[in-house]
Amino acid sequence: MQYKSQAVAMPYFIAAIGLFVGQIIFGLIMGLQYVVGDFLFPEIPFNVARMVHTNLLIVWLLFGFMGAAYYLVPEETETELFSPKLGLAMFWIFLVAGAATILGYLLVPYSTLASMTGNDILATMGREFLEQPLLTKIGIVIVALAFLFNITMTVLKGRKTVISIVLLMGLWGLAIFFLFSFYNPVNLVRDKFYWWWVVHLWVEGVWELIMAALLAFVLIKVTGVDREVIEKWLYVIITLALVTGIIGTGHHYFWIGTPEYWQWWGSIFSALEPIPFFAMTVFAFNMVNRRRREHPNRAAVLWALGTGVMAFLGAGVWGFLHTLAPVNYYTHGSQITAAHGHMAFYGAYVMVVLTVISYAMPILRGRAANGTKAQVVEMWAFWLMTIAMVFITLFLTAAGILQVWLQRVSDTPMSFMATQDQLTLFYWMREWAGVVFFIGLLTYLASFFIKGDAKDVKA
Amino acid sequence: MSGIFTKSMARNIFYGGTVFFFLLFLALTFDTERELPNRDNRAAITPQVAAGKHIWETRNCLGCHTLLGEGAYFAPELGNVYTRRGPDFIKAWMQAQPTGAPGRRQMPQFHLTDEELDQLVAFFKYTAEINTANWPPNIEG
Repeated sequence: MQYKSQAVAMPYFIAAIGLFVGQIIFGLIMGLQYVVGDFLFPEIPFNVARMVHTNLLIVWLLFGFMGAAYYLVPEETETELFSPKLGLAMFWIFLVAGAATILGYLLVPYSTLASMTGNDILATMGREFLEQPLLTKIGIVIVALAFLFNITMTVLKGRKTVISIVLLMGLWGLAIFFLFSFYNPVNLVRDKFYWWWVVHLWVEGVWELIMAALLAFVLIKVTGVDREVIEKWLYVIITLALVTGIIGTGHHYFWIGTPEYWQWWGSIFSALEPIPFFAMTVFAFNMVNRRRREHPNRAAVLWALGTGVMAFLGAGVWGFLHTLAPVNYYTHGSQITAAHGHMAFYGAYVMVVLTVISYAMPILRGRAANGTKAQVVEMWAFWLMTIAMVFITLFLTAAGILQVWLQRVSDTPMSFMATQDQLTLFYWMREWAGVVFFIGLLTYLASFFIKGDAKDVKA
Repeated sequence: MSGIFTKSMARNIFYGGTVFFFLLFLALTFDTERELPNRDNRAAITPQVAAGKHIWETRNCLGCHTLLGEGAYFAPELGNVYTRRGPDFIKAWMQAQPTGAPGRRQMPQFHLTDEELDQLVAFFKYTAEINTANWPPNIEG
């Protein structure tokens, strides 16, 4: 570790991994509820489990992004963090607020939680991924502002690299677009229209800046390729991401009451959205092939390559699969959407955070890389989780195709629930793939506790 | 990625491209806002509909159902439920939950009053009459 204050990243990474475990447990619960409908009812109804599953994902990725920023920015800017204390204070505030929110979901009826937390003053709750109580949303804004202040001040007093600037733009964008979560007009069409300014402009916009910056940082470190080359790639990738992704928002504006010209704008631009992800894959492989050093942390290299490939498959290919308006007319809001969502989030954002953790955690623990045994276990975890996610996606895709056919394409359409009964086999297979994913996750946890010949080469 | 294409060129294309396409997005948004009154059924928004939307949100209905295709995929689409089932069925259904049928997906009992049920139904009626470019493909959602 070159700068003492980088240590602030450590608790963020630990919390991220802990919440990740929680997310997967609730995912397994939901997967089972798909086939055993009354499992854990009424204690944990599906909607509660889903809220916990998706909100934990968002929160742990935010922990991961913040931890990554605290680790990366001092090294990039060649200066200590502006305030490590503020960074640690925000960690605890965010963790306590996050835990309280999840406990609120689990222990209090949602409508009671809403009236307890000021939702009658400003109604923001009950919208997908933005289910958090008003107080939590305000808390997120405060934590984000304090975090951005800290990081921005650090960048301002230090060296300004392209990576740190791009990361900063992504993080500021994340905070700014989150503000639309406070806007909830009664007019459902306008509600949905601006809801996507949070959700789409996050995951298919500014988060891609964060992802590309994190990937670029790790690639510089593990390959030793010239910074000029990597930074040029970085600019090209984020250009492609925003040029396609901003207007690509239109692929959500096909059937929600918005003008029909969005079918053209959305189809054309979102059909181009795989390009930046493809560029990221080419970038990762290209840089690793041109490496000027053999970094001892081979697991981190594997994650870096993996995130490129899986983001391209999940976000790019599976996104393209149902993004053209004539196709989406049939697939909108089906299991195809779920299939895409799973692989895209895993490939792009879960894996990039795990890439940074894989690279940084050994250094934070005082070694350039973990011992061979620990790395082998970590790579096992990589393959178990990644292959399991491929199968989750394939089974959901199969379920989705069948669902779309029976319920929407057929001349004698079946009802939703009658269709669901026909998909049981695929849901069971998805659940078993989920169990394998969980085993992979446990293997990943175990890799942190394996002692052995730590590599002491300077990182 | 040859020597001719420099980093500063890449940077300029990034800033130029982002600003251009963001402005284009804002222009399309502006035009959408102008077009929406013809499509979004805003004339039907009454205090009753607003109250219904509030109930929809505070019971986290979207945690299982889709509404105009957005939400969770565990339970039926409700954007067109008013057309599919009609007001009386919706109210009776809500009051009969959970079915308790073993192994079947269960919907919680929300203990809504008759007035609240009417508000929710009004919200569904408003939703069903939004111009969604003929989505969903058929009445089953």
